[in-house]
Amino acid sequence: MANKPLTAEESAGQNGDDPVIAEALTKRFGEFIAVDRVSFHIHPGEVFGWLGPNGAGKTTTIRMLLGLIRPSAGKVRVLGFDPVTQTKVMQGHVGYMSQLFTLYNDLTARENIHFYGRVYGLSRKALALRQEEIIQMAGLEGREDTLTANLSGGWKQRLALGCAIVHNPRVIFLDEPTAGVDAISRREFWGLIYAMANKGTTILVTTHYMDEAELCQRVGFINQGQLVAMGTPDELKQTHMRGQVLEIDTPEPDRAVRLLKNAQAKGSLPFDEVALYGAQIHVVVPSADEFLGPVRKLLESEAILVSNIVWIMPTLEDVFISTVRDPAEKALLTGD
Amino acid sequence: MSVEVAISTQGLVKRFKGHRSTVTAVDSVSLEVKRGETFGLIGPDGAGKSTTTRVILGLLRRDAGTSTVLGYDSMRDVYEIRERTGYIAQQFTLPADMTVLENMRFFADLHGIPRKLQKSSIAELLKFAGLTEFTSRPAGRLSGGMKKKLALACSLIHKPQVVLLDEPTLGVDPVSRREFWNLLGNLRADQGLTIFVCTPYMDEAERCNKVGLIYKGRLIAQDTPAAIKKMVPGHLIEFKPTKFEPARQLMTGLPGILEVQTYGAMLHLFVDEIENRQKLIESVLQGQGIAWSGMRVIEPRMEEAFISLVKRQEAADHGQ
Repeated sequence: MANKPLTAEESAGQNGDDPVIAEALTKRFGEFIAVDRVSFHIHPGEVFGWLGPNGAGKTTTIRMLLGLIRPSAGKVRVLGFDPVTQTKVMQGHVGYMSQLFTLYNDLTARENIHFYGRVYGLSRKALALRQEEIIQMAGLEGREDTLTANLSGGWKQRLALGCAIVHNPRVIFLDEPTAGVDAISRREFWGLIYAMANKGTTILVTTHYMDEAELCQRVGFINQGQLVAMGTPDELKQTHMRGQVLEIDTPEPDRAVRLLKNAQAKGSLPFDEVALYGAQIHVVVPSADEFLGPVRKLLESEAILVSNIVWIMPTLEDVFISTVRDPAEKALLTGD
Repeated sequence: MSVEVAISTQGLVKRFKGHRSTVTAVDSVSLEVKRGETFGLIGPDGAGKSTTTRVILGLLRRDAGTSTVLGYDSMRDVYEIRERTGYIAQQFTLPADMTVLENMRFFADLHGIPRKLQKSSIAELLKFAGLTEFTSRPAGRLSGGMKKKLALACSLIHKPQVVLLDEPTLGVDPVSRREFWNLLGNLRADQGLTIFVCTPYMDEAERCNKVGLIYKGRLIAQDTPAAIKKMVPGHLIEFKPTKFEPARQLMTGLPGILEVQTYGAMLHLFVDEIENRQKLIESVLQGQGIAWSGMRVIEPRMEEAFISLVKRQEAADHGQ
């Protein structure tokens, strides 16, 4: 059952719509607006990244999609179901893994899968089969009977994913699933995510790792409850970066960065950011073409050798920070 | 011992004895951090980062080798080291019911700084960390990013020459993480502070002058980020096949393909030479009716380099 790809109808919602729909979705807690008129669709089989700083409204959005809390306004549909009125039937088709990996440490890996399978109402017979599929999918062979407490981070994480999908959900919500997991395990985990997506499962994932966000097919940036940008990672780099990034190589990066920060503080050069990257310096300027010359000139006027200065593609993290931070915080970012 | 060296270890070993077996948490680690350098000790959970840090600081006894800070021996000269170093332990938490200012005073008192001198240095550090407006807020009510900045400010109260930070950005969002690293950049550029950072985040390596990659207790590489990225074999080609698993299997073992890594829906192939190998890859995919998109040559990042180095290490271990 798990290994059979979903048909187009199964991937989509009841009426062939997108499996996840939010329209002007809003959540107020008293005076505080945690989620503010957020609209997005996730397409069948898509891996969608939902990104934002802490407290931006990411988890609140997921909880509304899961039917755990009631929206204050707006519309939500998950697989065509209304999470508010059709919670139970919807939850039978939806998987959820939180950053806390709610596993029972005193059960073995296999027992955890069994437990979650029974919670989701799988028959013992169906579960016997499904259990083995999950163990294989999560690469837990040889560890099935290890106490969960004794599994390392990467194993636990894959087990938690296995438990979250034991009922073959068509939509999966992953809330910071890779927090605290090492680079190699993260790669394996993303391999699993795409294996599921390739079979038609729709996936929403939140993460603090911007290099992981680059792996999503589409991402939405949420800040202070509002959706501030949405698109493929490449699109956002083209359209949402305020300014352009220059990378400077010099034998004296520490002295050079002091000089550039001075220029920024005095306003003689309009830097959005000046930051040390190891032996290099990154500055964000309104236009690379226009400011490449003046930056080089400033450094050379103080006898600082510029071995190389080039316009580089921003990372998704550059774009994210440029999109979400407000001007008042800018002084903080530069440490002035 | 040259004064230019801030931290040095030679053949450092730390073992932990269990009931049944002994675990070698730090296995012959030799590293050197020069004054004014930002050194990143980078590796997965359980690789030995925290243990190495604690042995360097004299908080744990070493079993073999040497370790020094500013020329002082980690085991013999504990007090000399403590006076000259700042340390943020992993998941360190500040007293939550004490305000920002009370926390700063508490750390100043611990270091025996006279109250008279405290006022100006605390004000300076609060300004540096962007916490001046939050002086009377309880530490427990600060955001995650601000807590980390306060911890950093507290670790600097006695004007150390070296700070050791154990996963200081764990669980912090990208905006706060960038702010924190910009603060470290200022400390390096303005004060010449030596900074030793443990982190599992590969992208943070880019913000260090020098990086040590640690895996299963062993230092598998130690160099500048640029030099480490050059340690990957050959060139890197990226593309997204329509049929992932069949494509991955096809690529493994093709002539000139040195290594295959997966990256989400994409494959990363390390090749010995670009032009002919790209043609070969395309013709093999075509022959099997597999389409692809976005084939391009990319620069390997620290993460690709790390994975490649770990794989080689494991292959060498298995070969023994």
